[in-house]
Amino acid sequence: MSALDDLFAGVNEQGRGALIGYLPAGYPTVDGSIELLTAMVEAGCDLVEVGVPYSDPVLDGPTIQAAADEALRAGFRLRDVFRTVEAVSAAGGRAVVMTYFNPVLRYGVDAFSRDLAAAGGLGLITPDLIPDEAELWLEASTAHGLDRTFLVAPSSSEERIASTVAATSGFVYATAVMGVTGARDVVGVGAQTLVSRVRAHTSLPVGVGLGVRSGEQAAQVAGFADAVIVGSAFVTAAATGVDAVRALTAELAEGVRRTPAPIG
Amino acid sequence: MSPRDPETEQEADVDPHAPGPHDPDARGHFGPYGGRFMPEALIGALDELSAEYDKARLDPEFTTEFTRLLRDYAGRPSLLTEAPRFAEHAGGARVFLKREDLNHTGSHKINNVLGQALLTKRMGKKRVIAETGAGQHGVATATACALMGLDCVVYMGEVDTERQALNVARMKLLGAEVIPVKSGSRTLKDAINEALRDWVTNVDTTHYLLGTAAGGHPFPIMVRNFHKIIGIEARAQILDQVERLPDAVVACVGGGSNAIGIFHGFLDDPGVRLVGIEPGGKGVDSGEHGATLGHGTPGILHGAMSYLLQDEDGQTTEAYSISAGLDYPGVGPEHSALKDAGRAEYRAATDAEAMHAFRLLSRTEGIIPAIESAHALAGALELGRELGPDGLVVVNLSGRGDKDMDTAAKYFGFYEGS
Repeated sequence: MSALDDLFAGVNEQGRGALIGYLPAGYPTVDGSIELLTAMVEAGCDLVEVGVPYSDPVLDGPTIQAAADEALRAGFRLRDVFRTVEAVSAAGGRAVVMTYFNPVLRYGVDAFSRDLAAAGGLGLITPDLIPDEAELWLEASTAHGLDRTFLVAPSSSEERIASTVAATSGFVYATAVMGVTGARDVVGVGAQTLVSRVRAHTSLPVGVGLGVRSGEQAAQVAGFADAVIVGSAFVTAAATGVDAVRALTAELAEGVRRTPAPIG
Repeated sequence: MSPRDPETEQEADVDPHAPGPHDPDARGHFGPYGGRFMPEALIGALDELSAEYDKARLDPEFTTEFTRLLRDYAGRPSLLTEAPRFAEHAGGARVFLKREDLNHTGSHKINNVLGQALLTKRMGKKRVIAETGAGQHGVATATACALMGLDCVVYMGEVDTERQALNVARMKLLGAEVIPVKSGSRTLKDAINEALRDWVTNVDTTHYLLGTAAGGHPFPIMVRNFHKIIGIEARAQILDQVERLPDAVVACVGGGSNAIGIFHGFLDDPGVRLVGIEPGGKGVDSGEHGATLGHGTPGILHGAMSYLLQDEDGQTTEAYSISAGLDYPGVGPEHSALKDAGRAEYRAATDAEAMHAFRLLSRTEGIIPAIESAHALAGALELGRELGPDGLVVVNLSGRGDKDMDTAAKYFGFYEGS
């Protein structure tokens, strides 16, 4: 059992959804992001996704693009992600890294995996890497005991869902809507349909991301998914400060524990 | 592979759509390059496009309609023009120009655009999005959409909308919506990012009409095949006019679509050197250039593995060129494979070398080239000198220079003291 398997088993026993919060490393600075991520852990995130700021984030909306730009301008270097993960782990948190694949490729897929595992990281989420192209990562993740989260989308065929979840470990990332990251008023009924389609192919936990920003939405999503993934809303809160991040975490953590109301 | 005998050449050898030994594998790999490093959300659309293209390329109804449009709308075949006064500056070698500048809309871009617009209609999609750098691909896309009744949105870096205001006006006149992109470096690379974000949101109704032979599979092979007509015509024309194959075929390389199109006409002629000219900007040692193949390293950008300008952390670095159509930090994956195989060679021409060739062709031949194509002309001057008086060079004159008048007038100081 991986650490993520333990996490989801524990959350499941409590009869609630898991809360997964995303923040880019290095935003607004490396030390600043460590403080924010640690606050997210303390205030109730079951898992944090440490993002790698990247020059060409094609799956990200304006909020995360702007944060990545700011982190890069502030001098973020790829190796800073390991220090960030290490700090989160030392604070008792659990962390995976979410990254576009080119920085990993450039660092060396095996070297990146080795250094991430050494820092206490649990796995990678790879938004622009499909299992078809992931040979190096499949080998390195096995060698270093890391979990592999691949994404599925409403447009994924049954065959692609099946092959994607077969290559996945830890949890499956279901993108709630067709589009880029960013807080939305309505997460969409499509997410529930997608989760059902994924469950037909796997018993792995399924997390839903893209668009969640409130306790209300978190409660709805937790009604049908194993984890609620929140990104842009945390980045927006981070721009205000650590108190806003704590408050948002608390609201979302309460949401994933609420008895769900049906999606209307 | 042995050289083909022009006397016994079969029709099948020159069908640009026929599957052949130079196709990538089923997942779009040219050796270690290409593939699909794309979000899962877009894989369905790429699969749909691949399936439709694989059917269309074998469907006489499609290929006949495409060929008819190239002839009756784009004006093909384009001429092959000898440039003897220009060639006096090229060591006395003979230089021939493949006149893609004479195509409708003024560049080679129309070939690919007509093919993909036809495919868009076959897929039942009504909306087309495109990126553009210099504006040539945007204008060509807006043109094809007007012709075929498709909605058209063009993403263009804000820097480029300023450099190429005339092309923005042309696109608007043709009925396209032009969206200035304000993120990142605000040039071609970021226009592609923004187009991909639109595509992932609207993929059910929208075709992304990518303008170069890059991106996730099937774009590199599909765009290449739509441009292969350039090389097929050029080969037949040079044999007709000179009765021998050229020593070298020269083309500029940004993303690499015009180059891959003309190279393919000569790929199986081992005696013909294929030479790509990348933008050397202010000099390849200055750090301000776009010489991806010459000075990059393999990596991922916009869905494919290929050579890339990147820093040691894998962040894409910004390319620079005086030419808005060449300042792209990536390059089509087949060029990477041709480079590694040694079948094609890639050099750079600086801004200054390109602008020298730009003015030289204008003054010696009465042909104003696009600044992009002027890079190939600069390469031809160099190659001609290397080959000497017996040399024979074919240059792909990929576009005309009307759009570059403002840049040129500033560069040469035409606005001063008048």
